[in-house]
Order: sequence, then structure tokens, then C-alpha cells
Amino acid sequence: MNARITLRVDGRDRPVALDTRTTLLDALRDRLSVTSPKKGCDHGQCGACTVLLDGRRVVSCLILAVACDGSEVVTAQGLVEEGEPHPVQRAFLEEDGFQCGFCTPGQICSAVGMLQEVKAGHPSQVTDDLTGPVTLDDEEIRERLSGNLCRCGAYVNIVAALREETAPSEETSPRAETSPSEEAES
Amino acid sequence: MTVRRGAVGAPAPRVEGLAKVTGSAAYAYDRPVADPVYACPVQATIARGRVVAIDGGAAAGVEGVLAVVTHREAARLADTADAELAVLQSDAVAFRGQFVGVVLAETPEAARQAAGLVRVEYDEEPHDTELRADRAGLYTPEQVNGGFAPDTDEGDVDAAMEAAAVTVDRIYTTPMLFNNPMEPHTSVAVWGDGGDEGGGGPGEARLTLYDSTQGAHVVRSTLARVFGLPPERVRVISPYVGGGFGSKGMPHAHNVLAGLAAMAVPGRPVKLALTRQQMFSLAGHRTPTIQRVRLGAGADGRLTAVAHEVVEHTSALKEFAEQTAVGARMMYAAPNRRTAHRLAALDVPVPSWMRAPGEAPGFFGLEVAMDELAQACGLDPVELRARNEPEVDPESGRPWSGRHLVRCLREGAARFGWEERAAVPGTRRAGRELVGLGVAASTYPYYRFPGSRAVVGYDGSGRYTVRIGAADIGTGAWTVLTQIAADALECPLGAVRVEIGDSELPPATVAGGSSGTASWGSAIVAACHAFRGAYGTEPPPGAEAGADMPRDPDAERFAMHSFGAQFAEVRVDADTGEIRVPRMLGVFSAGRIVNPRTARSQFIGGMTMGLSMALHERGVLDHRTGHVVNHDFAEYHIATHADVVDVDAVWLEEEDAHAGPLGARGIGEIGIVGAPAAIANAVHNATGVRVRDLPITPDLLLR
Ligand code: FES
Ligand code: FES
Repeated sequence: MNARITLRVDGRDRPVALDTRTTLLDALRDRLSVTSPKKGCDHGQCGACTVLLDGRRVVSCLILAVACDGSEVVTAQGLVEEGEPHPVQRAFLEEDGFQCGFCTPGQICSAVGMLQEVKAGHPSQVTDDLTGPVTLDDEEIRERLSGNLCRCGAYVNIVAALREETAPSEETSPRAETSPSEEAES
Repeated sequence: MTVRRGAVGAPAPRVEGLAKVTGSAAYAYDRPVADPVYACPVQATIARGRVVAIDGGAAAGVEGVLAVVTHREAARLADTADAELAVLQSDAVAFRGQFVGVVLAETPEAARQAAGLVRVEYDEEPHDTELRADRAGLYTPEQVNGGFAPDTDEGDVDAAMEAAAVTVDRIYTTPMLFNNPMEPHTSVAVWGDGGDEGGGGPGEARLTLYDSTQGAHVVRSTLARVFGLPPERVRVISPYVGGGFGSKGMPHAHNVLAGLAAMAVPGRPVKLALTRQQMFSLAGHRTPTIQRVRLGAGADGRLTAVAHEVVEHTSALKEFAEQTAVGARMMYAAPNRRTAHRLAALDVPVPSWMRAPGEAPGFFGLEVAMDELAQACGLDPVELRARNEPEVDPESGRPWSGRHLVRCLREGAARFGWEERAAVPGTRRAGRELVGLGVAASTYPYYRFPGSRAVVGYDGSGRYTVRIGAADIGTGAWTVLTQIAADALECPLGAVRVEIGDSELPPATVAGGSSGTASWGSAIVAACHAFRGAYGTEPPPGAEAGADMPRDPDAERFAMHSFGAQFAEVRVDADTGEIRVPRMLGVFSAGRIVNPRTARSQFIGGMTMGLSMALHERGVLDHRTGHVVNHDFAEYHIATHADVVDVDAVWLEEEDAHAGPLGARGIGEIGIVGAPAAIANAVHNATGVRVRDLPITPDLLLR
């Protein structure tokens, strides 16, 4: 069965007719030649296909395109504004937060979506205080980005990039690497 | 001759970085092609036997399906000597997951639906996929990967073990491992008769492949042979490669399948991307290993015997013998040394290269055994290794071009806070957690392969183009080669553009064996010098000069290896056995570091893969079906953000005077070597439990 839908992709309306079995990822890549999101697993297990769908990060391989008619999709390419890379993209460049680059557009979209979630106060598995604002320390970054695999092993540099990017204010506590009990030990 | 310092040694950002962070870098599948056809393979559901009937009728009836190709329809290949690449040439099935057909359709959805409708009947034969050390039929390969002898025997290991004051005699195992680059193996194939990209005269069949490979030239020469074409009628294009770690170092069956499939739709590009699941049977893997390590030493820890005997598997279809014990030949001084490799040829997918083949699994066994010896001798593991430093290579008797293992160990110990390590295992506790530190040594040989050529051209206005058919699979080659050329031409970095990733460019060896920078880089240095020699500093636009990689006489006279010391801290939850690795540090001696930024990424990337190997990765073969049952990322775990806290690498500032014009020995693989042993040794220090089988999982620690 075919359907006609329109996606708004990186700021442009993109009407497309497609098989209703087509995932958002395949619609972008195979039908619309938007190849910034990558296919690493097609099963929601790697995060390479992450895009922002109506502002939220999603793994686009697990969503049917027909369910997205009229939606706004932003890929890593769409984060570039007037030729200027997004601050998160610049931070990745600065910290060498990638090697082969295949997971990178997904990592970046995921990071941008994640920063929004933090701003909105969404707690994660490792957030202690579920009611207050979230302090984005390294542990939070790692937890919140763990859906994005990187076989090149750029993780520490990605975290460094986001630490850089998100550490403007003085009062943000840096990291909680040593537990109090460890300090008590010595 | 060495090159002037300037760009080399500077942390230049990746030249292709912007394309990667914005996603505009086009990997094999991403290349825009006109009117593509989508391929979906059909895989064998038995591990051994014959196909007796295939019914593609229902598949062919699916709207949009263009062809169903099986061994009955597929063209005969010109060369089937490489059995892995003899795709769809007979009814024989040699492993589960092997290609038995492919469906071509106008859309990926139709291709996939139709592939599921192809009915295949088999005459199933009993299969054998289980590796055991005591099984029948183990054999000695003629040589192991890298061209090494399978066995060595020096002195009398048995007598030395008998006489030794202290001995270790243990079995260590590593599981079946999968490279799993993030970009699945992809080939987009098109047959033409002289198209834009293919070139050449009309009427001549030409194959163009947009491929995800570590070596465009090796794919071209191999496919030319397989399809019976002169190499100039095959073109392989692969500027961006989403990782490989060895699995894209040689062509695999999917390359041939794409070529065969595309014959059914001449002129139209056929897109074939393996799924993640398919990669577990078709993209190579690391054999499981069973390693017996024997160490004999005096009470002072000085080794008198080192024996490393390995049992591993290969595929009955094609032999690949991992050189697991080769590192033990050169690592430590001991008068009596033995190494051996025995293979079982099983009905399993074809194993191949995975990051640091040989050393990566071998140094799990050897370096955990060294930790056990240190414990038995009551010696600090750093000190034990320092006491066993060989003056010259024990194997060849050649002098080292630069062996600085002890410096790496001492430097690492100081930086890591090694003195905090509890002398008695299992005695350091922080709250619920048991804390331990571990160390292991690592090494990787210096390889520089002949066969690369670079050409330098002057474009006018102060700009140069350097052309070489090399590959950047995430290593930083693009950037590093630009730096090397800029220094060799004595011009600014921005004046040089490097072209790689296309078989139309001058030949280059594969990105493997940590050899790229040394091999391609020295060809570039030679080409730049040839260019300046011919044209001086005021070349006319269009001027061009090339050179082959020069010979390397020192490689015959010296034992050339990189070394490293890996340190790890682990914390084990005393109640659940959960293992965390809060810190890893690697100190490496790898000759000159051309680009500290990309080099650090390579080192820590290798160490991170080592962490993953230590704690997460295990391919599970179901011997009843011959199937790798955990064939995706939900079941075959690789380390993710939450697993990797603080992994850092530093290196000794040095230059290997014998390692070609660059003095660099290569860095891509050493990071994984020893990392799993360092973690296993730290787990022992934390808990007192000695784990000799990877991966180390919580159940092994709960006694
Ligand atoms: S491709 Fe969507 S999560 Fe892997
Ligand atoms: S950069 Fe290669 S997978 Fe992340």
C-alpha cells in the first residue's frame, strides 16, 4: 500500500509517495536522499539514525514514515544555520568526538535533543533529585547518550565535547566521580 | 632522510571533520546514484549440506521485484580459487547464513518482502561448529596470518618447567568476536559500458563499485580476478568508510554478490547493504581461542620458560589462522620458548582480521599469566616485567629499533597512582565496592607494506594535490597524510589537498596492520621530494611527479615493534558482582606521533574496544544450528557511553630512527592489546578471583 505524505525536513517541505512499510529512516535516506542520518542496525539498537522529530530525539529506524505526515524532522545537516555549524557540532570538532564519523550525526542529534530534555528538567536513571533542576555532570551525559553506540570508541571525547558545550555557569558542579565512601576510606 | 618538522607533530583537526559532524560525508550507500535497485540477500538456514530446490515464484510475483538470482541463474565467475568469494556458484552450503540467493526490487521494502518468500529446500548434512581443545581433527596450518610459522620451539620448555622454582600452567579462553564497525558492509554495484565514472570505450563491460572498504585497490584487483576483467575495467570508490577494524580489509562475499546481482539489471546501480544481523555470518570475525600458557621462573621472577599453545577455529570453507601466539615469541627473555597453533576446520562463517589479530587475544592469555606469575613470586607485576626485558629480540636475535616497554610501565605507574594498589587482593574496599588496579603490557609490530605510490601535482596559485588510493576508516589518515605532504613540500598545511579512497588514484596498500601512515606516508615523502627535485620551489602549474614507497633496509636489520603499558582500575560491587572501570591509562611507545589529536583518539578507541572485549563481547554459536544466536546489538554488547568513564592515553616523545622517513611505527591496533588483561588483572586485585575466560561477567565473581 502506498501513501502520500509531506515531511518538513531541515526546514523544507518534502512531499513524498511511499510504501506504508517504509521507516522514517528509509524515507529520508532512500526517498529523499537525506543521508545524514545513518543506518547502523535498523532495530533501534545503535542510535546512528537519530533525528529530531518535532523537537524530540527519536531513532528514525523504528518509526514508520506514514506516522510522521506533517512533522518537522531535523537531521544533523539541518542543525547547520547559515553555513555555521551548531555549537554541539563545533564542540565535536574541537574535542575530536568522532573518528569514522558514521555514528556522529546520530550522536549530535541525540546530544541536542538530550540538552533540551535536561533544560526541561527531565530526570534520568542516574538523577538523584527527581524534582529539582538537573545538573548535567559527566555521569548524566554518559547515561543519557548511552543509546548511541560508537565502535570507534570516541566516547570520552564526546563527553568532553558536551562538558565543554554545557559548562557556562560557575555554579554547575563538575563531576561526581569519587563517592563519599571512597574519601572516607583514606 | 627525515622530513622537516612543522605540520607533522601538530594536533591538526581532521580535514574531513566538518563533513562528518554535519552528516554531509557520503559513505558507500549515501552516494547519489540514478535509478537504483535494491538488493536483499537470501541466506542459508542450515550449516552444512546442499540446496536441492529453490522456489522463487512467489518472490518474483511481488510488485516491484526485478529478479531473483540463485546459483542456478548467477553468472559463472572466472576465478573461484577463493572459496569465500565463489558466491552462488554451486548448491553447496558451508555455513549457516551463507548466501543462497538475492532478490532485486525497485524498493527496499519489496526486496525484503520477496526475499522472505523465497523457498529453499536443503539436503542437510551433519555439521560441526564446536571448538574444544580435546577434539579430533586439529591440524597445524602451513602458516598463520602475517606469514609466520605456526610453531616455534627453542630450548627445552618441558625440562625448564620441571626445574623452575615457580610455574604457571593455565588455560585461557577468548570467545568468538565480531568487528561490528558502525557502518554495515555496503556495496553499490553498477555494470556499464563506459559510463561517466567508469570511463573506457563503449561495449566493454565495466564494473563500478561504491564500497565500504579499507582498500579500494585490493577490492578492485580481487573483483577483477573473480569476474575475469582487466583491473582497469573495475573501479572502486570509497572516500568515507564507517569503520572497519579489519573486517573491511579484504573483499567479502557481499562484494561479489553485489556484482553478480547487478548483472541482472545492467546500467542500474544495485544497492546492497548487509544488515547488522547478516554481518555476523558474512563480514568476518575473530576466532574463539583456547590458550595454554606455561611460564617457568626462578624465585626472583626471571623467566626460564615461556610456552603459548593455542587451539582455534577456521572455516571449513576457507582457512584463516589467527597468529595468537606470535607475540609470545618476542615479548620476554627466556631461554626456553615454545609456541604452537592448532586449528579446527569447522562449519562456521569465515573468520578474518579483527583489530590486532594475534596480539589482541594472545595478550589476554600471556599477560594474565604474567600477573599470576607475579603473584606466585610475590613480585609487583611492573617489576616482574622489568626483570624480563630482553636485550635483543629473543626470536630473531636482532637488536630492537627501540624497545621502551619499561619506560612505559614506570611512567604509567607514576601517573596512575600504582602505589595505591593493594598488595593483597580483595582487601581494598570503598563502600559496597571492591577496588582493584591492574597492569598489562602491550605490543604490536611495525608493518610497512610495499605497493603504494603517490603522485604530487601543482595546481597553480600555491596549491598542491597529492593523490594516493589510500583509505581513512576513521584513523585520521586524510589529515595525517596532508600534514606529511605539507612538511615534505615545505608548504603550509592549507596548500595541500589529499585525494584518497578511489582505485583510479595511484595504488595503495590496505589500511591494516597499523601500516597506513608508514607505508603511504613514506610514498608521499618520496613523491614530494621527487617533485621538488624535478621542479624546485617554483613549479609550473600542471607539474606532476610520483614515487613508489622506497624500500626499508632497516626493517631487515632490526626488530621493530611498538610497546605499551595498560593500567586499569576496576570497582566490583561486592553484592552483585557488577564490574565498572572508572579509569584506564595507556602509555605507548610507537615512534613519532604525527598528529597527537587523532593519535590519542586511535589509542583510546583501541583501549575502549579492549574494555568492551574484557567485559561485554561474546558471540554465542548454537551448536545445534550453527547459528550465531546473539547477532545484533541488543544481544552482542559493545561498550557504550555509560561503560566508558575515563580512558586516557599518553606516549613517549620519540622518533624511531629506523622506521622510515617519518620515524612512526603505527598506532591503530596497539590500544586493544593488553587492555582486557589489565582489566582482568584489576578484577583479580579487587576480588581475589582469577578470571581466565573472557568476557568477565558478574556471575564469575560471585562465589
Ligand atoms: S539504525 Fe536506528 S537505532 Fe540503529
Ligand atoms: S566515530 Fe566511528 S562509530 Fe563513532
